[in-house]
Amino acid sequence: MTATPEVSAPQHVVANPALGTWMSVADGSVVVQVGKVELGQGILTALAQIAADALELPVTAVRMRAAHTADGPDEGLTAGSLSVLQAGPALRHVGAVVRALTGGPGGDLSSYVARIAGLDPATDLRAVTPAAPARASAVGRSEARLDLPDKVLGRPRYLADLRPEGLRHGRVLRPAVPGATLADLAHVDLPGVKVVRDGSFVGVVGPRESDVDTALARLAAAATWSDGSSLPDEDDLSAWLRSGPHEEIAVLDEGGPVTPTHHASYSKPFLAHASIAPSCAMARWTTGQTGDRLHVWSHSQGIHALRDAITSALGLGEGVVTVEHVENAGCYGHNAADDAAFDAVLLARATPGSPVLTRWSRSDELTWGPLSPPMTATLGADLVGGRIRGWSHDVWSLGHTSRPGYAGAPGLLAAGHRADPSPVPPPTDPPLAAGGGTTRNSVPIYAVGPRRVTGHRRTMTPLRTSAMRALGAYLNVFAIESFMDELALSAGADPVAFRLAHLDDPRAAHVVRRAADLGGWGRPLPDDTGRGIGFARYKDKGAWCAVVAEVAVDHEVRVRRLTVVADLGLVVNPDGARNQLEGGATQATSWTTTERVRFDRRRITSDDWETYPILGFAAAPLVSVELVDSAAPSVGAGEAAQGPTAAAIANAVHHALGVRVRDLPLNADAVVRAIESTE
Amino acid sequence: MTPTTRLCVNGETVDVAASEDTPLLTVLRDELGLVGSRFGCGQGLCGACFVLLDGVAVPSCQTPVSQASASSGVVTVEGLPEGGTPHPVQAALLEGQAAQCGFCISGIVVRAAALLSTNPAPSADEVAEALEHNLCRCGVQRRIIDAVVSAGSAR
Repeated sequence: MTATPEVSAPQHVVANPALGTWMSVADGSVVVQVGKVELGQGILTALAQIAADALELPVTAVRMRAAHTADGPDEGLTAGSLSVLQAGPALRHVGAVVRALTGGPGGDLSSYVARIAGLDPATDLRAVTPAAPARASAVGRSEARLDLPDKVLGRPRYLADLRPEGLRHGRVLRPAVPGATLADLAHVDLPGVKVVRDGSFVGVVGPRESDVDTALARLAAAATWSDGSSLPDEDDLSAWLRSGPHEEIAVLDEGGPVTPTHHASYSKPFLAHASIAPSCAMARWTTGQTGDRLHVWSHSQGIHALRDAITSALGLGEGVVTVEHVENAGCYGHNAADDAAFDAVLLARATPGSPVLTRWSRSDELTWGPLSPPMTATLGADLVGGRIRGWSHDVWSLGHTSRPGYAGAPGLLAAGHRADPSPVPPPTDPPLAAGGGTTRNSVPIYAVGPRRVTGHRRTMTPLRTSAMRALGAYLNVFAIESFMDELALSAGADPVAFRLAHLDDPRAAHVVRRAADLGGWGRPLPDDTGRGIGFARYKDKGAWCAVVAEVAVDHEVRVRRLTVVADLGLVVNPDGARNQLEGGATQATSWTTTERVRFDRRRITSDDWETYPILGFAAAPLVSVELVDSAAPSVGAGEAAQGPTAAAIANAVHHALGVRVRDLPLNADAVVRAIESTE
Repeated sequence: MTPTTRLCVNGETVDVAASEDTPLLTVLRDELGLVGSRFGCGQGLCGACFVLLDGVAVPSCQTPVSQASASSGVVTVEGLPEGGTPHPVQAALLEGQAAQCGFCISGIVVRAAALLSTNPAPSADEVAEALEHNLCRCGVQRRIIDAVVSAGSAR
């Protein structure tokens, strides 16, 4: 009998209590396995630093193994800027238990590793009193990313680089327009490939990539589709969002103003993840005496939820499906990774024994992947004696998650296209306790008197939406921080001073003040150039982040410089955190100034890089980042800059030209419209 | 029968079984195992599959293998290091940790190497202009520009 657990263990250790789930030894290295996955954010390097310190080993003695459902810990999704928060304490506990059981790193390295190798993988991590916390050695240092040499030197690293024996390539023919079903598929002679059809799901598999691509084009020509769904007017999305039906989300009601003296409305369009690689996956279906086995290689953010969704969609028994994570290009939320995995599964099932590598097209990636939802918000406030006294915030959106399993359904695109369909349910929102979706960051951090904050999630949509970096916080922070500037102007106050006058939180005030100082607040600027600030604390409990933007507006909107100051608590890898904030701010610049999913009443028309442009090299702003020196508990960096950057840019444009753009994207056309509307 | 095409890749002559209109990218990845050139769009618009053809960076997804066969040679990202030493652009990118997901980086390395061969010490603006046909979604543009500039002046 194991002793009753007496130790207070971190949540992820309680959920995954066996030592062998987290750690093993192979080839003289300690192999650390986490449930968090590398999305390009550098998480495996940061967690290697934490694990190395916890074991009192050099980082070079630790090898990180990718997440795996069969023998690694289940740590849920890699999302929400939570990985260091969740996996960090778990690894510190595991390391401390290992030191307690082995006596720690006395003697030479190999003898310590040998003692670790001798531990029982079944050891219950909850039942061992851990050794005292180890001293930080790697943590706090800018260790080089473990994965970058492969990537920079062009070595095999990504999912699409897998080349197992007997590899088959797969492609899937998506419906001509959203909501369409396959009415007819004329016979075509396709040598060298196998056609797989299940209702409106059509795919091809073959040994040669060029053959499956040719076959796919011929199948597209042979297919007749039904009419599909009617799409909303792309130029009137705010009215469409406000028309419902809605699910109401009561966030907060302290008796905020019903008819505020100041009010304004803001909006954002649909956005695409627009990862540089299209989604892909590999699957191998084997049948044997012990029954069917399905192995899936996926770049999903949640391999365990994906395993369960595949199991449920195909009515398989427990233990049949294994999913392991393999890296793909950058992932900024729920993209088509899970859908591609199920495509590969359906094709692999039709070609048992062969690993089938299935890759989406660029066009399908931009039109069939989940989109970031359009949103609109109306904010209201009363000003009394230059101070805000009462605040209202109403935000309308589509749901911010349709991840596998979220609404009790598999939630996999192809499952909805099969003859016996399991449709993808309408998108919903993560719970408020997890930060919400539509209403994420909708409660102002400022002291504004009584507040009323309500979300209105439109429940019907012909276009699937889901989580993208920062979820609703991007629009809500853009709206709040634009509105703060408008109120400051009404009060005749400087925007930075106005914010500071309404901030009780010293860590908030510090980043606002530092960003203003470093961003040259109040210093002269060339003509047609403005400076603006945006600030938020992500999810109200994460990183504090302030951004000062310097924007020139001539015939286009040019974001020249971004100054970012963030308080992340204890920073595991400072350069990695800076890279995340630089990237977040630059990507948010792209969303804010450049991006918009385009569609007519039948289909999405922004289906390549010319029709869905993203920020190029010449337009990328100079970004400088300062991290606040802190030993407070760590919070994530990945999503903190998205909303503040958008607001800082809009506020800078107002500073430059005296016109307010409230509807994104903030491009030259939007500026012209704003000028015209004030004339 | 699939016809055979002869081409020179990274200094080696190879025969590949591919019809002449097969994209060079497919041949590199599937026939030659050179997966460093990445597939991003298949339309020549993202730069992830850039290779050098007669010293000029071209999207290999839009280059038929016949064109590569008629050239004096193809250099891929795998062929840029010399004697096991990373190309100066690669070394500078690693030094500056100038990547996040890294999927765009092979094509950027190739394009930047082509730039340095004609302009050994480019300015930041010249680097940005040269990378006009490369896309980066993680927002690492400025780190990459800085790294390429330092690779140039470091020579």
